[in-house]
Amino acid sequence: MNAFVAVLRRDLLLAMRRKSDVAMTLFFFIMVASLFPLAIGPETALLRTIAPGVLWVAALLASLLSLPRMFETDFADGTLEQLALAPAPLALIALAKILAHWLGACVPLVVLAPVLALQFGLDARAIAMLCLSLALGTPLLSLLGAMGAALTLGVRGGGVLVALILMPLYVPVLIFGAGVVDADATGMGAAANLSLLGAMLAASLFLAPLGTASALRIALE
Amino acid sequence: MLEVSALCCMRGEREIFRDMSFVLADGAWIHIRGENGAGKTTLLKALTGLLRPASGSVAWNGIPLHESRDDFHRDLLYLGHANGIKDDLDAAENLMLAGSIVDAPTAAEITLAMRELGLNPSSRTPVRSLSQGQKRRVALSRLALGRTKLWILDEPFAALDTAAVASVCRLMDRHLDRGGALVLTSHQEVPLGGRGTEVWIGTPQENNP
Amino acid sequence: MFSLFNWFRYASPQTFYPLAGRMIPWFAGAAAVFAAAGLYVGFFVAPTDAQQSEVYRVIFIHVPVSWMSMFIYLVMAAWGAIGLAFNTRLSFMMARSLAPTGALFAFLSLWTGALWGRPTWGTWWVWDARLTSELILLFLYLGVMALQAAIDDQRRGDRAGALLAIIGAINVPIIYFSVVWWNTLHQGASVSLTRAPSMARAMLAGMLLMSLACWMYSIAVSLARARCIMLERERHTAWVGELAGSAS
Repeated sequence: MNAFVAVLRRDLLLAMRRKSDVAMTLFFFIMVASLFPLAIGPETALLRTIAPGVLWVAALLASLLSLPRMFETDFADGTLEQLALAPAPLALIALAKILAHWLGACVPLVVLAPVLALQFGLDARAIAMLCLSLALGTPLLSLLGAMGAALTLGVRGGGVLVALILMPLYVPVLIFGAGVVDADATGMGAAANLSLLGAMLAASLFLAPLGTASALRIALE
Repeated sequence: MLEVSALCCMRGEREIFRDMSFVLADGAWIHIRGENGAGKTTLLKALTGLLRPASGSVAWNGIPLHESRDDFHRDLLYLGHANGIKDDLDAAENLMLAGSIVDAPTAAEITLAMRELGLNPSSRTPVRSLSQGQKRRVALSRLALGRTKLWILDEPFAALDTAAVASVCRLMDRHLDRGGALVLTSHQEVPLGGRGTEVWIGTPQENNP
Repeated sequence: MFSLFNWFRYASPQTFYPLAGRMIPWFAGAAAVFAAAGLYVGFFVAPTDAQQSEVYRVIFIHVPVSWMSMFIYLVMAAWGAIGLAFNTRLSFMMARSLAPTGALFAFLSLWTGALWGRPTWGTWWVWDARLTSELILLFLYLGVMALQAAIDDQRRGDRAGALLAIIGAINVPIIYFSVVWWNTLHQGASVSLTRAPSMARAMLAGMLLMSLACWMYSIAVSLARARCIMLERERHTAWVGELAGSAS
């Protein structure tokens, strides 16, 4: 547990020193979300229907963009080797790094999402649902993303590769996450979607750090 | 005590070395020698457990590495080619963070360790703007922190000036006197006392003590 | 344990190579025979479908190919798991040699599905649950192959690819379930795949024959590919040297 807290603090401190990275992820999120109305047209009813999907895709892409940073710099400067040699389970250390990534890259997206949702004309209830789905879903993106980032560590064209690898794995998160607002609006209730997201989160919380740790060991050989 | 028996390592399809066997007793040191690209770093990585050998085994105090990874890593200090320090942090922060994963060192200990290597403990400059030699010194300050029993150092003297080499050697001698063990690679002669041996990779004068 | 380890590591490719060489013609021959029989049954014996007339006959390619695309992924992940667990090089070679065949089947499944969909549904593509998950399966294959290809160190590429295949295999049921869920939620006016009410015995026989043909083809092709990979990787070893010497 000591190691978990230490790595979490370390990564958060480093994120504080590089605020521009966080800002870049946010700008990307805003940009992608704002491009859609420009491409589709200002029709409010249409925008309102596509808003949850658009914001989810934008959040997904933004978190994808920030993934390479999760291990790449540590890999390059040798600190990842040191972490792998620490007397603590590498999976626990990976979990700390994943949590730090979520706090640094995804939480700002969740916080900003309501503002963008207003641009799309969503009402208060839909916005609340959207934020709830993002709050449950983005940790999943970080957990699954960590495996992709670890597998492509130090590989040529890693950015595109990571997207190709993760796209299929992100599909269920996207479907259940983006479906929350719709399910709630159509009166079906979002409970099923949310509990499925929760179940996936619980399973990934256990499995993804193990997968990430194995991938990191493979990369460090 | 580190025991290496019949170790064989591969890089891709290439066999780097085979039948590497030696024993490193407490208080002794081994200087791994070989030409550039002979596989010294590969051997060190196999000794730390980062690299899985193709065959053969490495055992620490009689227990194979993969069976007691955490115990072994608690006794191990490894310094690779890369310094393992973050550019965005200053020297003291780096040492604090590196140490805190095992057992948090106090500020006084860190100050002492930095002095040992001739660094200014009160400097708040991010490591990014230090010279190569100074970065290496920051990384090597870890030698003066904590009490790990086995040091595995890859080119510890690279980029260091003579004064720094002398202080690193002083730390090494102290480590050996305490009964610590040391494995290092270097292209220069290593002026250390105690029981030292050389292990060659990939040359005819291979000798396995 | 160590003798087993060494047996896997050194002896295996050496004994496997000629063995596979002898097996390939048999499997290839069997594939040809089964395919001929399957196509004969499919085209001449199976009755014309009441609703879809002759178009339905694409089923004799489409269904076996889809089955194989899913099955091969699992086999590939299983080889990868064996390789990671026991560090056996042959299993990584098998995993690597299966990936292109599996991807080919996934692609063929989509292609034949589109060819089938055009006359029956009036569109090349619908976001049907099965079509969508097949597409995602194709992406999973491409991801594994791209990762293996992008990593220069062959050993690391093997292991990373195997790990990704396993991660994918765990996710396949979840992906499939999510796509079905998504599809039923968004079921609009679009067509849905009608189930064949009761399949004539000849149709079933044709499909089974074609499946067997696909099996035999996959085995033959992946063995041939494994042999190539093996030669390339073991080119520095004595037995490949002898092989090359005796060949020239």
